[in-house]
Amino acid sequence: MLLNQFLLLSAVLFAIGVYGVLARRNGVLLLMSIELILNAVNINLVAFGAFQATVGGEVFALFVIAVAAAEVGVGLAMVLLLYRSSRTIDLTTVDRLRG
Amino acid sequence: MTNLLLATVSADAGLPLGITEGGSWLLRNVWLIPFLPALSFVGILTFGKRMPRGGSELGIAAVGIAFVLALLTGAAWVDHRDNSHDQEVHVAVVAVDDAGHGEESGEAHGGGHPSLAVQRTATWFQAGGMEFSVGTLVDGLAVMMLVVVTLVSLLVHVYSTDYVHGDRRYTHFFAFLSLFSASMLLLVVSENTLQLLCAWELVGVCSFVLIGHWWEEKPNSDAALKAFLTNRVGDMGLLVGVTVLFFAAGSALPGRFGSFSIAETNALASSGMLSHTALLVASCGLMAAVMSKSGQFFLHTWLPDAMAGPTPVSALIHAATMVVAGVFMIARMYGVFFEGFQIGGSSINLMAFIGGLTTIVGACLAFVQRDIKKVLAYSTISQLGYMVMALGVGAWTAAVFHLFTHAFFKACLFLGSGSVAHAVHSFDMKSDMGGLRKHMPHTYRTFMIGTIALAGLPPLAGFWSKDEILVGTGGWGLLGGTGGNGAYTLMLGMGMLTAALTAAYMTRCVYLTFFGEFRGHGEPHESGPRIIVPLWILAGLAIVAGFLNLPTGFQLAPGSLQERFGHYVEPVAGYFPAISHATPSWSLAIVSTLVVIGGIAASGYYYFVKLEVASKAAGTSLTELADGPTTRYPLAAMGYKLLDNRYYLDHLYNGVIADGTKGPLARLANRINQQVIDRTVNVVGETAVKAGTVVYDKIDQLVVDGAVNASGRASSGMGEELRKVNSGKVQSYAAILFAAATVLAGLLIVIV
Repeated sequence: MLLNQFLLLSAVLFAIGVYGVLARRNGVLLLMSIELILNAVNINLVAFGAFQATVGGEVFALFVIAVAAAEVGVGLAMVLLLYRSSRTIDLTTVDRLRG
Repeated sequence: MTNLLLATVSADAGLPLGITEGGSWLLRNVWLIPFLPALSFVGILTFGKRMPRGGSELGIAAVGIAFVLALLTGAAWVDHRDNSHDQEVHVAVVAVDDAGHGEESGEAHGGGHPSLAVQRTATWFQAGGMEFSVGTLVDGLAVMMLVVVTLVSLLVHVYSTDYVHGDRRYTHFFAFLSLFSASMLLLVVSENTLQLLCAWELVGVCSFVLIGHWWEEKPNSDAALKAFLTNRVGDMGLLVGVTVLFFAAGSALPGRFGSFSIAETNALASSGMLSHTALLVASCGLMAAVMSKSGQFFLHTWLPDAMAGPTPVSALIHAATMVVAGVFMIARMYGVFFEGFQIGGSSINLMAFIGGLTTIVGACLAFVQRDIKKVLAYSTISQLGYMVMALGVGAWTAAVFHLFTHAFFKACLFLGSGSVAHAVHSFDMKSDMGGLRKHMPHTYRTFMIGTIALAGLPPLAGFWSKDEILVGTGGWGLLGGTGGNGAYTLMLGMGMLTAALTAAYMTRCVYLTFFGEFRGHGEPHESGPRIIVPLWILAGLAIVAGFLNLPTGFQLAPGSLQERFGHYVEPVAGYFPAISHATPSWSLAIVSTLVVIGGIAASGYYYFVKLEVASKAAGTSLTELADGPTTRYPLAAMGYKLLDNRYYLDHLYNGVIADGTKGPLARLANRINQQVIDRTVNVVGETAVKAGTVVYDKIDQLVVDGAVNASGRASSGMGEELRKVNSGKVQSYAAILFAAATVLAGLLIVIV
């Protein structure tokens, strides 16, 4: 089985996701990048699960998807509130907790 | 002690102690009885002031429950004594020498099956590989004391609610009554001498506090101090005695360092396994403790002064319970005293002699007192002497029985005197009393019952117990009725003389208080029910308590009712010496009654006949004849002066002993103070100042301050740097997070 290809795909996705989290200023895009990271992990889990012929990886991935859905719900709500309070979703301008 | 062999815990090899760890729940959990008043002490101190009756209800409740428990325990003991005698547990590991010494004890008692005391112990603390235990030893003696202490304490509590009503330290008073009850109850159930010592000191402290209850007046605080300090003298003896016994028992118990256990020590002493010298030293030490606590001649001087305390305290502590702690202690450690003083023989020993002397000395002093409480105080000393004398001649049961009856009639008399004082606001019989029988009928009747019981006229309680002591001296060879532990004719004479003196001084006291015309001011009134009811209860007991130990062989009662007290209270066990009992005789009872009547008649003739006539002639209520024996005979006058000055004992203690040591000691102390201590202090001070300067300049300024400043600057600088990291931007935090995760992942790979 071609485990390597899956791992490579996952690594690429993860790297794109990390880039998105660190570089994008838009809050919605940041959340989407987090989704990429999570799905990179999911690919890893499913790939390893299939490689070892157990359903554990898939079950785990399903859990991750469920949790990710909840996380996105909360994240979008926060972005919405942010927009309402400061009329922007540019994350670099939100630094009220600066020390 | 040759050829020690180690006998393990088994029925036939060990020393029979007469102890079981079984028994009914009440006998095993007797610790509850002292625990309740202890709890109420804490409760009263904490909440007393906020309670509607100032905490007295808490004290009464605790002592009341303790009394009920004590009664139930008494019933349980009666059942236990009759029904269980086959489950002995030998808790000791005992040495037995070749001659088989250990076998002779415990079995030597004639008559009756053995009694098994119920012992329960728990570890108190451990030190130096020794385990010190705390526990309860319940036998007839302990149970009897539990009942007496809780009963008198309960009555005194009730009485006090009226007597100290409105006192500024009302709550405090009840708190210490509770503490006293707890300590005394702890003392009587003590399983070992160490525990006994602690309880002994605790009752001493309570006595001190309660004598000095009205400490604002100098005589009261002086009296409290005197009681405390005089007791310290005896307590040294107790400490010595306990220590000697501890090591003596250790030398007889292989593999053990020592033993504080009362049962073990007594059993070892009774079986002849302790050296006689050690026992004699210990007995003398313990005797000193008895002399101070139980007011024996010549350490008795604190007891009359202790009357400075409130009257309920005098009744409870200085008549019925605490002062009998010494007598109780002899009874408890009787194996030690029996061997130490060789009570079995007919030779006069220290204990019998001191007791006999005290009883006469106290009775004589009671004649010259103006203060009604002091009459009773000297009477208490005299009666305690009776008990100690009885123990000294081997009449154990008689002594304990006298303790029992005396508690009731003396408490009755003391509370009666308190009732009188409550009405006339004075204790002075000569100037403020007289003729009170018309004004205070209940107090008068109960006081008369107490007086007759104390004087020892049949059939009241005092007669039976006093007569048993006289019989126990064994000095009566006439008309049958001898036996006992040898013939102590001197003690019999002392006892007879005291019986006459007691009857006489109580006649005087009754006349001066209740007869003649009232000499005080105002109109005295009978006291309230909370004073009268306890008086009547005690008076009732003073009548009937004597029937508990009717002598055998007189057909006064069915055989099953004779000597019940002796049967249930006197141990027949390994921890108790084999004493033999005297046989009572009609002749002695009749003679002692005649002696008492003679005393009453002589004193009565003086007061009720001659003084009454003289009073009528003079038109006022006289308290003494103008030409009495003291004015007519110079010898009598000298005697009076001697008694009035209390044998000059206080002069001896204060003037000669205290002042004689005070002066030289003070000069020596002054010299040491000036030349040694002051100089040392000065040198130390100067050195310290110099050292301080150096320390300030070099260490404080440079090192300490430098370090403090540097650390302040460092943290400020670091904060400045770290502030920049805390940018408030989510993404820079995320970057740090990823960087840290990368570093950690890298580390993981490198390490694993």
